[in-house]
Amino acid sequence: MTQLSGVTRRGFLVAGAGLAAASVVGCSSTSTTAAASGGTTAGKATMWGLSGKPNEQILTDCVAAFNKLGKGTVDVTFFQNDAYKQKIRTAVGAGEAPTLIYGWGGGILKGYADAGQVLDLTDWVKGHAAWKATFFDSPWGAGTINGKIFGVPTNNTQPIVMYYNKKLFDQVGASLPTTWDDVMNLVSTFNSKGIAPFSLGGGSKWTSMMWLEYLFDRIGGPEVFNNIYAGKKGSWGDPSALKAYKMVQDLVDAGGFIKGFMSITADSNADQALLYTGKAAMMLHGGWAYGGMKSAQADFVKNNLAFGGFPSISGGKGDAKNVVGNPANYWSISAKASAAEQAVAKAWLVDGMFTDTVVDAFIASGGVPVVKSAQTKIASSADKDFLTFVFNLATAAPNFQQSWDQALSATQAEALLNNISQLFSKQIGPDQFASNMNATL
Amino acid sequence: MATASRPRDTPLAVLVLPSLLMFVTFAVVPLFGVVVLSFTKWDGIGAILPNGLGSWQQVLADPQTWRSLWLTLLTMVITWAVQTPLSILLGTFIAGHQRYRAVLAVLYFLPLLLSSAALAIAFKALFDPNFGLGAGLHIPLLSQDWLGVQLAFPVVLAVIAWQFIPFHTLLYQGGVRQIPVQLYEAAQIDGAGRFQQFLRITLPQLKYTIITSSTLMLVGSLTYFDLVFVMTEGGPGNATRILALDMYIRGFKANQMGAASVIAVFLVVLGLGMALGVQRLGGRDKNASQLEGL
Repeated sequence: MTQLSGVTRRGFLVAGAGLAAASVVGCSSTSTTAAASGGTTAGKATMWGLSGKPNEQILTDCVAAFNKLGKGTVDVTFFQNDAYKQKIRTAVGAGEAPTLIYGWGGGILKGYADAGQVLDLTDWVKGHAAWKATFFDSPWGAGTINGKIFGVPTNNTQPIVMYYNKKLFDQVGASLPTTWDDVMNLVSTFNSKGIAPFSLGGGSKWTSMMWLEYLFDRIGGPEVFNNIYAGKKGSWGDPSALKAYKMVQDLVDAGGFIKGFMSITADSNADQALLYTGKAAMMLHGGWAYGGMKSAQADFVKNNLAFGGFPSISGGKGDAKNVVGNPANYWSISAKASAAEQAVAKAWLVDGMFTDTVVDAFIASGGVPVVKSAQTKIASSADKDFLTFVFNLATAAPNFQQSWDQALSATQAEALLNNISQLFSKQIGPDQFASNMNATL
Repeated sequence: MATASRPRDTPLAVLVLPSLLMFVTFAVVPLFGVVVLSFTKWDGIGAILPNGLGSWQQVLADPQTWRSLWLTLLTMVITWAVQTPLSILLGTFIAGHQRYRAVLAVLYFLPLLLSSAALAIAFKALFDPNFGLGAGLHIPLLSQDWLGVQLAFPVVLAVIAWQFIPFHTLLYQGGVRQIPVQLYEAAQIDGAGRFQQFLRITLPQLKYTIITSSTLMLVGSLTYFDLVFVMTEGGPGNATRILALDMYIRGFKANQMGAASVIAVFLVVLGLGMALGVQRLGGRDKNASQLEGL
C-alpha cells in the first residue's frame, strides 16, 4: 500500500494540471536539505508566513531579533494568503512542509494531526507552564485537537464586530442598533433615504457566513453549532437554524444589503470602502477591518467610525456577549522536521514569538495580540477605544466560536460556503439549505 | 522507394525519443495517475485509500456535476456560435491589404497580448456595481449587477469571446490570404458579386481553417479556468461553476482528490471525443485538394 500510494501520489502531483504541482516543485527545497545536515551544531528552522501589511513586517523583525540570540536561525518566506493555503497543504502532503506551519487551527489542523504531520506539543507546553500563562486562555481551544495541543496561538485575536458610519446615522437621526428589531427598522430608514443599510462582500462567501454564525448563536446559543461540529445527524435542520436562514433571507428581501452585494468581494476591501465612502451605513466584519480602514481612510476611523457587538434577538437563547471570529492564528511544528529544526522552532515560540517589542508592534498596527501583557499596553495606544473594546469582547465572552469554515473539515467547509452563497442569492430556500448541509454530516 | 527510406528508420526513432519522453512523463503518466486516483479516496495529505467505485457514485449522484456539465456544454456551444462567425468576418476583413485594415488589425489583436488573470481582474473592477464603470460615469444603463446571479454567466462568456476572438481572427486571416487570387478573378469574370464570392469561394476554401479553429474552441472551452476563477470563483452561488472549476474546487478546496479525479477523467474523455469528432467532420478524403491545379 505504501508503495502504491508513493507512486500514485507522485503521479498525481505531476498530474495536478500545473496548479499545485508547479508550486510544490518550486518550494520543496528547504526542509529536506536542512534535515540531511540536521543534528549538527547550528540549528536552523524554516517558516512560511503570510505576506501583507502589517504582519509581514512584524514577523520579519521578530525573526531577525531572534536570530541574533544565538539559539538557532529561523528562515522565513512569505506567501500571499490564498496562495499559501493551497501551497502549505500540498507541501504538507508531500512531506516537504517548513518546520513551522502557520494556520488557523480547527478542521484543517485536525487533518494534519490525523495524518501525523504535526507534532503533539501537549507535554512540551505543560513543561513551560509559566510561558503558557502569559497567553489568554480562549485561543488555545482551536489549537487543541481531541485534548492534545497541536497549535500554539499567535498574532491577534479577531472577533467579528459591527462597524457603523456615525455620519450617516446622524444624517438620518438614528441611533446604533442593540436588537434585531432595531436592525430591521434601520434597514427601512436607510433605504428610504437612499443609503444602503449594510455593506457585504457576498462574493467572498465567508463574509455572508459571519451573519449566520451570529444568528445561530443569538437564536439558539452555542449548542446549535456544537451539534453540527459533533456531527449529529440532521443538526443543520435545527429549528433555531431554520429560523436563522429565514431571517437572513428576510433581511435580503428587505434590501438590507447593498445592491450587487453578491458580486462584491472582500479580498479587494471593496466592502470596507463602501462603509467609509458613505455608500453603506453598517457592516459586520472581522476585527482586522479596523486596521484596513485605518490605513485607507484614517480620518474616517478617527471621526466617524463607531463599533459594537452583534445585536441581541428577543426570545433568543444565546448570550449577547458571545462572539464569533478567529480566536487567534496558530503555529504548529512539522513532525517531518529533524530534531534540531524542531528544537529551534520551539526556542523561537518561547523566546522569539511574543517579545515586548513584538507585542508593541501588534498593538501599534491596531490589533490585540493574544497575550495578557497586551491589556496594560493597550491603554496607552492611539487606538485604545477600539482595542479595549476588542480585548474586553474577547476576554469576557462566555463562548468564542471559531469561524465555521476553519472549524469544520475542508470538505464540509466548501459545501457550506457554496450553499451559503446560494442562500444569500436566494437560489435556494431555508429547507433546501438544511437538507444540502445535512447531507455533509 | 521502400528501400530508400529504410536506412533512415533508426535515426528517426532516436529523434522522436525526447519529445516522446516528455509526452509520456507529463501527459500519459499523469493521465494514468488520475484514472487510478478516481478509484481512491484521498484528502491530499493522509494515506491514499482504495475506494472502488465510491468516488464515481458520489460524483454521478451529485446534482452539481450535471449542472456543471450543462454549463460547460452551454459554454462550448455559445462560444463556438458567437466566436466563429465573428472571427471569420473579421479575419476576411483584415486579410485585405489596405493600410487602414492593417491599423485596425493591430488594435483587434490587443486582447491577445494580455494575460487572462490581468484581464479578469480588470474586468472585475470595471463591472463592480458600486465602484465600476457604470457607477463612475453615472450611466444607469451600465450600472447593472454584471457579475450577479442573473448576468454572471453571459458576462463571463462575453469576456471569453473578447479575449479569444483575436486569436481565431488571426487563424482566418492566414487562411483567407492563402486562397489563390485566380479563383476570385475567375468568379468576377463569371459575374459573381462580393457576397457570392464570400459564400462560394472564401467559406469553402476556409474549410480546414474552420475545423482547426473549431477544435481549438470546443476543446479549449472545456478547460476555461483562469478567467472564470479570478472573475467569479464559480459564483455567485454556483452560477458560473463550469466543469474545470468544479474539478478544482472539489480537489483543492474540498480536498476530495478522488472526486476531482473523476471529473478530470470526464474532461479528458469529453475533450478527446470532441477533438476526434470535429476532425471526422472534415472528412478523410486526402485527395480533395483545396488548391488550384492540384
